[in-house]
Amino acid sequence: MKPVLKSVSYLGLAITVAAPLLVWAGKISIETNKVMLLVGMILWFGSAIFWIKHDPSANA
Amino acid sequence: MSHSSGQQTLVERLDALYEFDREPVSEKKLHGGKTFIAMFAGEHVAGTEFVLGTLLVAHGVSAFDALVGLLVGNVLAVLSWALMCAPIAVRERLTVYWQIRKIAGPYLTVIYSAAFALVLCLLAGAMVNVSTTAIAHPLGIESANYAAGERWPSFAWICVATCIGIVIALLAVLGFERIAHFSKICAPWMPLIFVAGGVIGLGMLGVRSVGDFWEVAKTKIWTGVPFEGQSKYGFWSCVGLAWLCNISQHMGMGDVTIFRYAKKWYYGFASAFGMFIGHYIAWICSGIMCAAFMESSRAAGIANPNPTPGNIAWLGAGWAGLVCVVLAGWTTANPTLYRAGLAFQTATPNWSRWRVTLIAGVIMIVTACIPAVNFYLDRIVGNYGLFFMPLGAFIFIDYWVFPKLGLKRNYAEQNRLLASWPAAVGWFGSVIICFLLFAKDNYETFRGLNDILPAFLAKYKPDFFMQVLPEWILAVVLYTGCSLLQQRFSKPSPTPA
Repeated sequence: MKPVLKSVSYLGLAITVAAPLLVWAGKISIETNKVMLLVGMILWFGSAIFWIKHDPSANA
Repeated sequence: MSHSSGQQTLVERLDALYEFDREPVSEKKLHGGKTFIAMFAGEHVAGTEFVLGTLLVAHGVSAFDALVGLLVGNVLAVLSWALMCAPIAVRERLTVYWQIRKIAGPYLTVIYSAAFALVLCLLAGAMVNVSTTAIAHPLGIESANYAAGERWPSFAWICVATCIGIVIALLAVLGFERIAHFSKICAPWMPLIFVAGGVIGLGMLGVRSVGDFWEVAKTKIWTGVPFEGQSKYGFWSCVGLAWLCNISQHMGMGDVTIFRYAKKWYYGFASAFGMFIGHYIAWICSGIMCAAFMESSRAAGIANPNPTPGNIAWLGAGWAGLVCVVLAGWTTANPTLYRAGLAFQTATPNWSRWRVTLIAGVIMIVTACIPAVNFYLDRIVGNYGLFFMPLGAFIFIDYWVFPKLGLKRNYAEQNRLLASWPAAVGWFGSVIICFLLFAKDNYETFRGLNDILPAFLAKYKPDFFMQVLPEWILAVVLYTGCSLLQQRFSKPSPTPA
C-alpha cells in the first residue's frame, strides 16, 4: 500500500511542478493551471498524510 | 548582585521549569544531518515570506539588490549558524536558556525570556494576519490596505482573524505534536506553490524566455523605485534583512537549543536549506507575484492595489495558493505561540501552561488585527533581532575568547550572581547606542544628537539592516571590557555554584 500512496503523492507534486511550466509554454491557461494545482494539492495531502511519519524526538 | 535567601523563590522556580534540560544532551539522543535539513526546510517557509518578498518590491530595491543582496545575506546567515552557533552547541550541548543564565545570571534571563515571548506573540500575530488575508479573499472580505491609509481592518475581517487565532491558541494549549506532523507533510509542497506563483507571475509580466528575465526583473519587478510613501531600500538593506531575519537564532545563539542534538558541528550548514528555499526562492517568488498583481490590478483600473498574501497567491495559484498561505501562516504560528507560552512561563512560574498560552494567544489575536504589523514587518524583525543578538555575542566570546584573555567563563554562575552587570552594560549599551546612531538621522526627535556627537559619528549614517556588525562588535567590546574590570577588581567567590 505504501508504494501506491507514495506514487500518488509524487504524482501530486509532479502536477504542481508541471502546471505553471505548461502555462509558461503557452499550452494551458492560467485557470486550467489553478485547477491542476488544486488537483496536485489534493493528491499530495490525501496520500502523504498516510506515509510521512512523525518523529517527535526530532522536534526537540 | 548576589543571592539572598529572600530572593530565592523566583530564580528557583524558574530553574525548576527548565530542570529537565539542565543536563547536556546524552550521546544516544543525538540526531543525524537529515533531521536538521528537514527541520530547517520546513520551518523557514512561513506565511511571512509572502510579506517580506512583497516588502522588498514595495521598498524599491533593484533587481541586482534583490538577487545578489539576498544571496549574500543568506550566505552570511548560513555561515553564522555553521561557524558561530552550531560549534558551541555541540560542545556545550545546553539550551540557550542555560547558556545565558550561566553568563548573564537569572534576572537578565527572565528579561530575555519575557521580551522574547512578546516578540514571538507579535510574529505569531503576523502569521495569523497572513492566513486571514487568504480566508478573507474567497469570503469577499477586503483586507485593510495600510499603504492606502486604512489603519484598521473591517469588523468582519477581525471576526475571521479572531476565529483563526482561537483555533491556533487552542491547538497550542493542547500541544503541537499533530501540527508538527502536519508541518512536515506541508514542507515539500509549499515551496512548489511559491515557485508556481512565481513562474505564473513571470509569464504575466511578459517573460517568454529565460533571456527576457533580466529585463523584466529590472523594469517591472525590482524597479529600484519605491511605492508611494515607502522608504528606499538598497543592496545593503537586502544583505542586512536576509542576515538579520533570524539573527536571534544564529548570532543570537537561540538555535544552540536545536543544534545541541547534532552529532557534528557542520550540521549547521543544514540551515542553507531553510535560507535558500524560504528566504531566497520564496522571497523572490513572492516579489514576482506582488509585481504581477500590481500590474494586473492597475491594468484593471484599480488605483490602489492591495498586495496581501491572499491576493497575490490567488492570482497565479488559485485555491492551492490560498491554502498555501493559510497553511504557511498556521503551521508556523502554532509552534511560535507554543514557544511564546513556554517563554512567558519563565516570567510567571506559578501560572499553568494553558493560562499563559491563552494570554499569549490574546496578544497574538490583537496583533493580527493591526495591519501596521505586517506593513512594518521587516523593521519589527530587524529590531527584535538587534535587541536579542548581543546575548549570543556574549556566549560566543565567553566560550572562545575569555580563556585566552585569562578571564573566567560563566562568571555569573561561578559567583552565584543574580545579574551580571557586564552583560547588562554590553546588552543594553550596545542596543541603545546603535539605536541612537540610527535614530539621529531618521527620527526628528533625535536629530539634535548630530550637534553634540564627534564629527566622525555625526557623519556615520548606518543602514538600519546593516547594524548587525557594529552592534556585535560594540556588544563584545563593552562586555569584555566590563568583564575585565569585574574579574580584576571583585573578590573571588570562595564557593562556586
